[in-house]
Amino acid sequence: MKNSAEIVIIGGGISGCATAYYLAKMGCTGVVVLEKEYIASGATGRCGAGVRSQWGLELNCKLTKMSIDMFEELDEETDYDGDTEFKQSGYLMLASTEKEVEQFKKNVELQNRLGIKSELLTPAEALKIVPFLNTDFVMAASFHQKDGHLNPFYVTDAYMKAARRLGVEFYTYTTVKDIKVEKGKVVGVVTDKGEIATNKVLNAAGGWAKEIGAMAGVELPLTPERREILVTEPLEALLDPMVISTSLNFYCQQVPHGSFIMGRGNPHEKEGLNQASSWDFLVNMSQTITKVLPILSQVRVVKQFAGLYMMSPDAAPIYGSVPAVDGLYLAVGFSGHGFMVGPMTGLLMAQHILGKDNEMVFSLDKLDLGRFERGELICEPSVV
Amino acid sequence: MHNKNDLDKVIVCRCEDITLGEIRELINKGYTTIDEIKRVSRCGFGPCQGKTCMQLLLTELTQQKGKDIKEIKMPTHRPPTRNIELGVLARGEEDEK
Repeated sequence: MKNSAEIVIIGGGISGCATAYYLAKMGCTGVVVLEKEYIASGATGRCGAGVRSQWGLELNCKLTKMSIDMFEELDEETDYDGDTEFKQSGYLMLASTEKEVEQFKKNVELQNRLGIKSELLTPAEALKIVPFLNTDFVMAASFHQKDGHLNPFYVTDAYMKAARRLGVEFYTYTTVKDIKVEKGKVVGVVTDKGEIATNKVLNAAGGWAKEIGAMAGVELPLTPERREILVTEPLEALLDPMVISTSLNFYCQQVPHGSFIMGRGNPHEKEGLNQASSWDFLVNMSQTITKVLPILSQVRVVKQFAGLYMMSPDAAPIYGSVPAVDGLYLAVGFSGHGFMVGPMTGLLMAQHILGKDNEMVFSLDKLDLGRFERGELICEPSVV
Repeated sequence: MHNKNDLDKVIVCRCEDITLGEIRELINKGYTTIDEIKRVSRCGFGPCQGKTCMQLLLTELTQQKGKDIKEIKMPTHRPPTRNIELGVLARGEEDEK
C-alpha cells in the first residue's frame, strides 16, 4: 500500500469511483480509493439503479438531467469493455391522490420549462405504455422517455477501470480506522492495512458516512436506514418503463436480463446499519405489486436483499467542504438517490476538490453542510 | 482425459449459462473474490441461488489463486430458499397450486 497520496477517497461506490475518475481525467495524480469490501458492495450495488429527471425542485431536475446525459455517454466516456445496460424506457410515475395529481401538474410544468420533455397522462394514456396496469388506483400519471435504469455493477466497474487506467489506485477489503486531523487540517488516513499521509480526504462512504465523519471529529446530520428489494425469475420483455408511486409506496422495473426488480420503503423502519432481509417486506411488496400489476401474480421471487439509504434532514445530498476541518470533503446523504446523480457527483466533487469551482456547470452552494445551520433546507416534494 | 479447452466449455452456472472459460477469464482480469465474480458475471444469480456453481467457483478460485478453501469468503445466502410466486406470498397461502 502507498504511504502517501494527494487525495484519499473513502468509499468504492458510484460517488467515490466517479470522483476518482474525474480527478484523474483532470490531471490529478496520486488518487487512492479505499473500500472496506469490494467495489459497489454498499448502496450502489444494492439499489434499484433507476435514473429519472422527473423531480419537483429545479435543483434536482437539473442535477439528474445532466447525470442522465452523462449516463448516455458513459460507455464511450470510460471506454468500457462491456455495456452498462442503460435502458431508457422511461419512468411512469403514478398519482393516486388529488394532492399527487396537483403536484404532478406543477412538476411537469417545471420540468418542461427546464427542457425535460415529461408529460402528464390520463389513466387511459398510461395503459398504452403499460397495458396490464391496474388503473383502479391511478388518477393520473407522468412519463418521461429519457428516464430509465442501468446495471449498477457495470456502471461502477466502468468508472473504476477508467480511473485505474489513468493511475488511480484502488484498495478493496481495506477498512478505514481513523482520520488524522492536526490543527484543523487533515494529515492522514489510518487503515487496517497501513497509514496513508494525505491532506485531502473525500467522505463518500454511503451508509457509513456518519462514522467516517466522526473519525475526523465532524458530526454529520445523517441517519442510515434499511431499504429492501426483491428479484424475480427472468421473463420475456413485458414491462418497458420503471413504474413508481409515492403514495402506493413502490417502484418496479424489468431489467434487460428479464428479471423484475422491485422495492418499497417501510414507514416503521428503525435507524441503523442492518442490511438483513425481512419476511415482512416480502409479503408487503407482493401484496402491493400484485394489486397494481396483477400479471405478476404467477411470477416467482428468486431472491431478496437489502441496502442502506443514508438520509439527510431534507432528503437532499450534502456536497462540498467542511469549514471546521481543512481538507475534508463530503459527498454524502443522498437519501436513496446517490446512484442517479453519480456522474454529476463525480464531476462536481472533482472540480471542487481541485479548486475549479468557477468552471462548474452547477453550483454546490445550496447543497453544503452549512445549510442546516442556516435553516436553508431543500424540500423536495417528490421523494420515494 | 480432458484438455484445457474442453474444460473451458463446461457450464459452471446452469441458471445463467456461464462456462468455466468465462470464470477463468474474469479471474485473469483481476476479479478474485466470489462476491465480485458473482456481480460482474451473474454466476449464482439465478433461480437455484448458486447451489451448484458456488462450490465450483470456490474450487476454481482455490486452484487458480493457490489459496486454502477457508481463506475464501462465501457470499451471503439470500432468502427465500425456494422460489415462491408473488401471488402466493400476497395471499398468504400455505401451498402452491
